[in-house]
Amino acid sequence: MSTETANAGTGAAGSADGERTYSVDNPAPVIAPPRARTGKTPKATRGNFEMHTWLFMRLSGIVLVVLVLGHLLIQLVLDGGVTKIGFAFVAGRWASPFWQVWDLLMLWLAMLHGANGLRTVVNDYAERDNTRFWLKMLLYTATVFTVLLGTLVIFTFDPNIR
Amino acid sequence: MPAGTLYRGREGMWSWVAHRVTGVLIFFFLFVHVLDTALVRVSPETYDETVAIYKTPLVNLMEYGLVAAVLFHALNGLRVVAVDFWSKGAKYQKQMLWTVMTIWGVLMAGAFYPVLRHTLHTLFGS
Repeated sequence: MSTETANAGTGAAGSADGERTYSVDNPAPVIAPPRARTGKTPKATRGNFEMHTWLFMRLSGIVLVVLVLGHLLIQLVLDGGVTKIGFAFVAGRWASPFWQVWDLLMLWLAMLHGANGLRTVVNDYAERDNTRFWLKMLLYTATVFTVLLGTLVIFTFDPNIR
Repeated sequence: MPAGTLYRGREGMWSWVAHRVTGVLIFFFLFVHVLDTALVRVSPETYDETVAIYKTPLVNLMEYGLVAAVLFHALNGLRVVAVDFWSKGAKYQKQMLWTVMTIWGVLMAGAFYPVLRHTLHTLFGS
């Protein structure tokens, strides 16, 4: 079978060769390289989005190790563990701008890190285009809602609410 | 599934699976945790009543599970960073995983009493 194809190919090339011979006076037509960018090339390429999210996961992850492990240590290990947690304890901590910034940074980084992780999981396992699209819309909606709610709570916290 | 294409990557694959599973669990907890913390804007009583759920034995035990998941995800995450950015990272990935598991085991043993103290005291007296 491969011999037949090869013979047919040689025959076609032979006949084409016989009809036209290219020279200085009769040059071969120039064919544009297949990947050359022309005026018709669409501008919308994907860019480096996936590389940037990959880098973000690693950088935010390193920062989150400090922020989250510190948070767990304070909330669940030191000073009697979970026993002490209540409105008064939260009020005491958010009286300091240091812990407000800590919690705000932790909220944003953890939510974006988690949302991008779940985006990867959805992309991996949801095979139907529609399912994938709607799962990601649900994910983005929940993420934006949670980040905004958390930010609002930190900035508007009132220890004398009652 | 055609024979011979099932990927069974030992330490590399199982740490990847565990990283993924713990990551998803932590994300769902984070969502709930921001919602319960938001109750400080409702009233001190509402917040304290909700936080009381975190002090029941079952949920306290789940907190120990949360610590287990976060510690693994954090330590293994640092291992992933080392694999990606350290020139010898891929070569030593197995040794790094066993280092991660050892540190995880030590920290989990150390966290047992502090994290579960509330339950131990309520169930078995002080």
